[in-house]
Amino acid sequence: MRADRSRLPDVGADPAFTFPTIERHTLSNGLAVRTVEHPSVPVVTLALQVDGGSGADPAGQEGLAAVVADMVDEGTGGMSAIAVSEALARIGADYDVDVGADVFVFSLTTLTRFAGWGAALLADMTVRPSLLEEDFRRIRQLRLDRLKQLKDSAPATAERAFLRLVYGSHPYGHLSIGGDASLRALSIDDVRAFHARRFHPSRATLVVVGALSHEGLMEVARRFDQWGGSGDGATATPAAEIPPPAYPSARLAIVPREGAAQSELRVGHLAAVRTTPDYPSLLVMNAVLGGQFVSRVNLKLREEKAFTYGARTGFDWRRGLSPFVLQASVHTAATAESIADSLAEIADIRGSRPPTDAELALAKASLTRGYPRNFETTQQVARAAAQLALYRLPDNYFAEFVPTVNAVGRDDITRAASLYLDPAKLTTLIVGDQSAIADSLGTLSLGEPRVLPHEV
Amino acid sequence: MNTNDIDLPYTKRTLANGLDVIVHEDHHLPIVAINVWYHVGSKNERPGRTGFAHLFEHLMFEGSEHHNSGYFVPLQQAGALLNGSTNTDRTNYWEVVPTSAVDRALWMESDRMGYLLPALTSERFETQRDVVLNERRQNYENRPYGMAAMALAESLYPPEHPYNWTTIGSADDLRAMQLEDVQAFFRTYYHPSNASLVLAGDIEAERAFELAERYFGELEGGVRPAPVQARASLDGDRNLMFEDRVELPRLYLGWHSPAMFAPDDAELDLIADLAANGKTSRLYRTLVYESRIALDVSAFQNSRELGSFFLLAVTAAPGHSLAESEACIDEELRRIAELGPTTDEMERGLAQAEAHFMYRLQTVGGFGGKSDQLNAYNVLLGTPGFFAQDLARYRDATADSVRAAAVKYLSTAPRVMLSIVPRGRRELALADAEPISVS
Repeated sequence: MRADRSRLPDVGADPAFTFPTIERHTLSNGLAVRTVEHPSVPVVTLALQVDGGSGADPAGQEGLAAVVADMVDEGTGGMSAIAVSEALARIGADYDVDVGADVFVFSLTTLTRFAGWGAALLADMTVRPSLLEEDFRRIRQLRLDRLKQLKDSAPATAERAFLRLVYGSHPYGHLSIGGDASLRALSIDDVRAFHARRFHPSRATLVVVGALSHEGLMEVARRFDQWGGSGDGATATPAAEIPPPAYPSARLAIVPREGAAQSELRVGHLAAVRTTPDYPSLLVMNAVLGGQFVSRVNLKLREEKAFTYGARTGFDWRRGLSPFVLQASVHTAATAESIADSLAEIADIRGSRPPTDAELALAKASLTRGYPRNFETTQQVARAAAQLALYRLPDNYFAEFVPTVNAVGRDDITRAASLYLDPAKLTTLIVGDQSAIADSLGTLSLGEPRVLPHEV
Repeated sequence: MNTNDIDLPYTKRTLANGLDVIVHEDHHLPIVAINVWYHVGSKNERPGRTGFAHLFEHLMFEGSEHHNSGYFVPLQQAGALLNGSTNTDRTNYWEVVPTSAVDRALWMESDRMGYLLPALTSERFETQRDVVLNERRQNYENRPYGMAAMALAESLYPPEHPYNWTTIGSADDLRAMQLEDVQAFFRTYYHPSNASLVLAGDIEAERAFELAERYFGELEGGVRPAPVQARASLDGDRNLMFEDRVELPRLYLGWHSPAMFAPDDAELDLIADLAANGKTSRLYRTLVYESRIALDVSAFQNSRELGSFFLLAVTAAPGHSLAESEACIDEELRRIAELGPTTDEMERGLAQAEAHFMYRLQTVGGFGGKSDQLNAYNVLLGTPGFFAQDLARYRDATADSVRAAAVKYLSTAPRVMLSIVPRGRRELALADAEPISVS
């Protein structure tokens, strides 16, 4: 039978897919454990999520949380930093640390037959790190040097300046690496105190995923039952509960980068919390606007005008109020026009140009139809389960995701866009060649740009 | 399954028009990965006419005769994740789709393989050329150390060698490119006998072959292009430098090394890890952990079809010179060449190789997934059945074979030394380095 080229083949009904059951347990020390059976390849992933992250950096000590996280694999008990890495290598482990705005995630993937050893090692590292002065000085110096290097990177410079513009001095207003002065002000005592205060079984969740039964996965998890923790784990007010500024500190700002071939752009403002009931509407709205290749922003700036290799929008979710941001790296000569187009697209989706039926259908289909592929590997499943713990979402979240998204209608999108996106609040940040673009920026009617220093 | 019987089973058939079709069944999730390799990359370009293969990858998403508009809409509508990439040796295209959308994905892949040119307008060509020029600015020109890849290609390979340029191509060549050139490039390289198709995932093999025949069977086979032949070597060390928008100087050391899957390719991969990758590596320990004269160090065996290169990179810590790091690196390479790796190092290398081969079996699609892996073996070795042998290359490596490879390809072989220094700070480069310009 030859193919019928007169039309595209239809797509059949979505195949049935059930997210595996998440079982909840609690160890005798109070550590919450979630296990998920994943019987494909003999691999196990452990993810220990601990409250903290860069939002827990005390004022003036920005970068502390990331130093603590970095020092977790720098030795434990009688093992030096090198010995820890050698032990990880012997079981072929992939070890990774993520310092988020609200939590740390320490994850380790290994072959099932090494899962017990891997868990014991991860427990020793995270619960009983050596935290030696000598290692601290080395780690801090590496971070100071890296900070220096980040100055060369336009995207990193933009991330940093954008967070500052929208959050100001709020605990979310800095990158996890912190700044030169704050890193220099740290001492090993700060690191030890932070670890003692924050790393507590009552403020952590362990996710274990792999080719074992729930009982087998719990056997692995029990390697953490020696974790006593000191005190009651009480800490300062979480960043998520501290109100951020209502408006960004400038409407238009530029970090000069002389001779840059492109302008790195960020356009956005603080917009929503992850747990808002409007989350599904915002997700679909964002897909239409700039969350995927076939979105208004990318089609306009890349496919129609060829100003950029790619443009996108998204929410940088955290437990507290989170930013909506459009980002693109555009040809220097096209800077002002790219900004004007971006602002217009954001304004239009609030009502003057609601999503068409085709846009709505496409956005929903791309979010829902391929959903099962997000749960192929143990790492993907562990990360997904940890997200539920992070945002305190129900265990049936993944089962409900597809019908919930499919229930979003056009009016939901217009309403969510006008409720959460506000053109009057938008700040526009440029990292680029100021002398080359200064004149053209006048056409935007955003006033004189505030010139920001290249922070270190 | 344990690591002793680790394998990647498959069935392969070749259609009458020359298209290889390979199927791997994995029924864990209701998804199917579709992966097409065309045996064409920047190595098939000519000096002065570079950037074709990669620009082509962009054009392949813009429409074909029977679906004369963008490829993302109908595929995303079907729930697909999709992408493509180009390197020196091959171009790949892939989709991961729910089982309900396999027909649509194969229809579209086959339509752009057989019927692209009628839809290739000069307007689409020109827009994508501008997008590529922006990609070049973003990923090379405006990125710290971003021009190093070009400088290394130009210094390791002579101008007529097809690895002398990078896949993004030269900006001048891209601007000079004509639509007719692009059409001719398509006719030469984009057809079933120069391609290989893998379906991996929740699909029965017989049905997969039936669908492959239905959608691809009607396409003209084409003439399989003659393999590219080229050799390269260095007469002696080359000591080069250029100034860039960077804060800290970095040194790249590059050596010619055996082609992908050739003898000693795996040994050099093991040397890269034990010498310079991760906290257990010798150079991390000496340069970053103990003496602290470097901020980071890394190495990799860049395995390629016509011949590889081994690359070691080190970024100096503030206040330290590249020459200090270079002296330590030379000393460590000499030690590896003289004494070989330790038993511990060999055991760890093998444990990591075995675990990473197992991790790779978790993913059916995308870059590096099982479908991509089967195509790599099929296109570069002529058989998809190389997974277990691939791992065996690492199992069979010995301390002595690693030591011998270090002698032959690194410690006694000529190399390129490329210092990248902050603008106006030429004194930070290795002594006597010759300034070069890269554009």
